[in-house]
Amino acid sequence: MIKIENLHKKYGKNKILTGVDLEIPEKGIFAILGPNGSGKTTMIKSILGMVVPEKGKIFIDGKATHPNGLYRKDLDYLPQIANFPGNLGVKELIKMIKDLRGTKANEEELIQLFGLTPYLDKKLSNLSGGTKQKVNLVLAFMFDSPIIILDEPTSGLDPVAMLNLKRLIAKEKAKGKTILVTSHIMSFVEEISDEIVFLLEGKIYFKGTIQELREKTGEVDLEHAIANILTENNA
Amino acid sequence: MLKILKYSFYDLIRSRWSYVYLAFYLLLGFVLLFLNNDLSKAVITLMNVIIILVPLIGTIFGVMYYYNSKEFTELLLAQPIKRSSIFIGQYLGVALSLVMSLVLGLGIPFVLYGLFESSAIWDFSLLLVTGAMLTLIFTALAFNIALYNENKIKGFSYAILLWLFLAVIYDGLFLLSLIIFETYPLDKFTLIATVFNPIDLSRILILLKLDISALLGYTGAIFNQFFGTSLGLMSALGMLTLWVILPVWNIKRKAQKKDF
Repeated sequence: MIKIENLHKKYGKNKILTGVDLEIPEKGIFAILGPNGSGKTTMIKSILGMVVPEKGKIFIDGKATHPNGLYRKDLDYLPQIANFPGNLGVKELIKMIKDLRGTKANEEELIQLFGLTPYLDKKLSNLSGGTKQKVNLVLAFMFDSPIIILDEPTSGLDPVAMLNLKRLIAKEKAKGKTILVTSHIMSFVEEISDEIVFLLEGKIYFKGTIQELREKTGEVDLEHAIANILTENNA
Repeated sequence: MLKILKYSFYDLIRSRWSYVYLAFYLLLGFVLLFLNNDLSKAVITLMNVIIILVPLIGTIFGVMYYYNSKEFTELLLAQPIKRSSIFIGQYLGVALSLVMSLVLGLGIPFVLYGLFESSAIWDFSLLLVTGAMLTLIFTALAFNIALYNENKIKGFSYAILLWLFLAVIYDGLFLLSLIIFETYPLDKFTLIATVFNPIDLSRILILLKLDISALLGYTGAIFNQFFGTSLGLMSALGMLTLWVILPVWNIKRKAQKKDF
C-alpha cells in the first residue's frame, strides 16, 4: 500500500505538486494520468525517493519512506527514458543490477519473452530505442517486488512487444501486486487499469474507476472524457 | 558502497584514458632518470610536474566521469542503495584508479632504477603520498562542481578555472600582495594564504622534506621557522587531509538533497 500526504514540490519557481493526497490500496493496477507537465513523473520519483519533496510524507506499507532509500527493495521501477551506461553489454548490465540488488531474479524468462537473446552481448549504446525499452522492461520486471512502478512503459514498443507487456502486467497483477502506470495511450490505460488517478495543476483532480469518470464527464470514450476535463478547466 | 566502487573502478580501468595517463607517467619516470642519472634530482623535477599535472588530471577526470556516468547514476538511484554510497563509491572509483596510475607509473621506473637501495626512498614516497592526496582533493572538488552544475559545459569551465586559479593565479596574487604590502609584517598572512591552497601546501610539504626550503624563498622559510621540519610536515599533511575530508563531506551533503 502506498500513501501520500500533502506532497509539495517545486523546481525553482515552477510549482509542480501543490498538496497531493493519495492512497493507493494493495493489489490492482492504478493509472496515473494528466497532461504534460502535470507532475506525474515528479510524483513517481518522490515515491522512489529520487526527488526530494519540500513538504509531505510518503508511506509504503504503513512505514514512512526513509531517505537512505533502502525501502526501494520492495519497489520495481521502469524509468520513462531508458538511459543506460553505454559502454556495458546487455548481459553485463543485467548481471550488475542483480549483483547490486542482491536478490533473485528471473531475467531468463523475460529475455525470451521480449526476444532479446541476439542482443545480449551488444553494447547498450548500439541498441535501438525500442530494444533499449525492452531491456528497461526486463530490468523492471525481473525482481519479484510487491510494488511495480511503470513510467510510460509503452514508448517505442512494437505491437508484439506491446501485447507481451500487457500479458506480463496482467500476470503480475494476478500475483497480487500493486502496479502504478503512467501513459498517454488511452486505449492501453482503458484495457489494463482498475482505477485512474488524474493529476491536474499539481493536485489530484479525480480518483476512481473508468466507469465513474465516464459518468462524471458524460462521455463514453475515455479519451474524450479526459479531453473534456482538460478543456473544461482551460475554459 | 564497495560494489559501486568496484564497478566504477573496473569501468575506468577498461577505459583508454587510464592507460594513457599510466603510460605518460612511465615515460616521464624513465626519461627523467635517464637524463638526470640521480634519484634525488629526479624527485625534485618530478615534484614540479606532479604538483601542476596531478590536480589538472584529477579535476578533468572527476568532472568527465560524473557527467559521463549520469545514466549509470540514475539507474542506481532507483535501486535500494544509499545515495551517499552511490556518489562516494563513484568518487573513490575515479580517485583510486588515478592514484593507481600515478603510483604504478612512477613507481616502476624508480624501483627498476634501484630506489630501494637509495636514500631518496622517503622523499620519493612522500612525493607519491602528496600526489595521491592531490588526486583525492581535486577529484572531490571536481565532483562538487559537477553536482552543483547540471550544465556540462559550465561544469567543465568551472573545474578548469578552479585548477587554473589554484595552480597559477593564486600564486600570482599572493606574490603581488607580498610586494604591495612589503612594509607590513606578513608572516602570518603568508602562512594562512598557503594553507588555503592545497597545491602550495603540497609544494611546501615536499620542499620541507627535501630540506631545501631555502630554495622556496619566503613561504618555505616562514613555514620552516614556525613549525620546525617535523611539526611542519605533520601540520601540512593534516591540512591536506582536511582538504580531502571537507569536499568529500560536501559531496555527501549535496547528494542527499539533489533531485534526479
